[in-house]
Amino acid sequence: MSLTIEGLRAGYGRVQALHDINIAPIMPGQFVGLIGPNASGKSTLFKTLSGMLRPSSGTICLGETDLCALCRRDRARCIAYMPQAFGCNAILTVYESVLLALKQTTGWRVGGDNLDRVSQTLEALKISHLADRGLGNLSGGQAQMVAVAQTLVRDPSIVLLDEPTSALDLHHQLSILSSVRHEMQRRGSIVMAALHDLNLAAEFCDRLILIREGRIVADGTPEDILSLAEIGETYRVDTALEHTRRGSLYVDATLETLN
Amino acid sequence: MAMMTQPADLRAGYAAQTARRYVVLMAAAALLFLSFVVDVATGPGNYPLRTVIETLFDPMAHGVQIKVIVWDYRLPIAVTAVIVGALLAVAGAQMQTILNNPLAEPFTLGVSSAASFGAALAIVLGWSILPVVGSLVVTINAFLFALLTCGFILLATRLKGVGSETMILFGIAIFFTFSALLALMQYMASEDQIARIVFWMMGSLGRASWEKIALGALLLAVVIPFGLMRSWQMTALRMGEATAMSMGVDVARLRLEMLVVVSILAATAVAFVGTVGFIGLVGPHIARMIVGEDQRFFLPLSALVGALVLSLTSIISKSLTPGVIYPIGIITALIGVPVFVSIILTTRRRSLS
Repeated sequence: MSLTIEGLRAGYGRVQALHDINIAPIMPGQFVGLIGPNASGKSTLFKTLSGMLRPSSGTICLGETDLCALCRRDRARCIAYMPQAFGCNAILTVYESVLLALKQTTGWRVGGDNLDRVSQTLEALKISHLADRGLGNLSGGQAQMVAVAQTLVRDPSIVLLDEPTSALDLHHQLSILSSVRHEMQRRGSIVMAALHDLNLAAEFCDRLILIREGRIVADGTPEDILSLAEIGETYRVDTALEHTRRGSLYVDATLETLN
Repeated sequence: MAMMTQPADLRAGYAAQTARRYVVLMAAAALLFLSFVVDVATGPGNYPLRTVIETLFDPMAHGVQIKVIVWDYRLPIAVTAVIVGALLAVAGAQMQTILNNPLAEPFTLGVSSAASFGAALAIVLGWSILPVVGSLVVTINAFLFALLTCGFILLATRLKGVGSETMILFGIAIFFTFSALLALMQYMASEDQIARIVFWMMGSLGRASWEKIALGALLLAVVIPFGLMRSWQMTALRMGEATAMSMGVDVARLRLEMLVVVSILAATAVAFVGTVGFIGLVGPHIARMIVGEDQRFFLPLSALVGALVLSLTSIISKSLTPGVIYPIGIITALIGVPVFVSIILTTRRRSLS
């Protein structure tokens, strides 16, 4: 089922953070990168989509279903949001923390099917060796993988990842995005990820949406979007899009003031 | 890195962990029972354990005197220790979870100082909120003033939102307000009244009665199943507010619900036995070290550990000096704190993990 967003407005108190957001249908299996500078409205858009923030107007539809009309629980079942900066002092094992994410939308009793689902999710993300590890004993990369497992275990139609690579080294940046991409393509689900690293965005995304001051500036394939002049204007840098010898896109950026 | 684990192994591992936790719960219950029996068996008038146990099953087995001592005196105290210990520890466990702070306890939001003020008001001015007479005035006043703090906090959350910082700050404000009012009462009181206020605040299991026990047991019978029903949401809350919300938990509502529950529990406990600190902190703490924070196990184990600690304290309060029963509030802190500190120091690694 595709995700369609029309005329979405939202804000905090009197400050409007999203102005009339329209996004053409996002297809199942698509990996969409949301790019834009700090405070451009990426997190606000995710919060509004996941239901943590009530929009002042507009519709969010998954197929024929209006997500805003669903109750909290049903909404959390279709759309899983991974907030920024995962970190907590709870005394729980990795396995328990993934199980509890699943149990929010299933009944009270822990069934064998629940346990199988948790085990398979850990397996799919290649973190089953961490199952008995306490959450406090994880490295940044491992904690981020657990947060991803908490979103994937619910088998949602849409996954929203807010800067999933922010605290990670190069290896973990690549491995987290490729695991998510592989897993969600297999399931035919939608991924939207807010990314700061444009080269990572170019590498993993099928489609990029550029957002600035709560408005959508451009929407298209990575090659089209990253070659736009708006990229430089939005980030206040000079950019040039190049192809590396391996065929990947590379955004070469320098500070405007230097020229 | 470990060898590749199969999904079936993971599932079996979790099942084994769950089984171990049930064993821990049963062991704690067995220990509690043991402590309860010893509590009934100790006290002024050294009767053999066997005589006491026989009297428990057949009140008149060894004559009226022993029946009165066991049934009217020792048993209510021993049962009250168990029930109040459980009330305080459950309240502490929920409070630590909703405030996302392992240092919180049932009296964090000023409940104990409000209750003390209510009691002092009754003792000094004979003034009570409800028109009741006799010895109940102090108890009921303490209870209602403790509940009043809950009302203040609820009002505050209406105005400022349900953040844990807001709740803690208002709790501190309430604590100082009622402490000042309590000092005012003490200033106005006669010597005799001051002695009564101070003794009330020390906390004593000697105020036990079967009516209070029935009320406390009823409360536990409602609150523990309710807490278990909400256990997955409460566990999710420990992952952080944003994460819990993203999982579909109505965090604001959950916090308010639990705040009301904790207030009633703390108000009841403080009205029954006075200010017994520390149980609400140590019960959940020990439980957390043993089973972690899956609330399905954390909550019942907190209740059992709290009950066990207060029951043991009751035994110690009777055994220190023959013929003297020390106020329980003093013993919990004096004996409990060093034990608690040593537990923290020896298991530091695990608790910080």
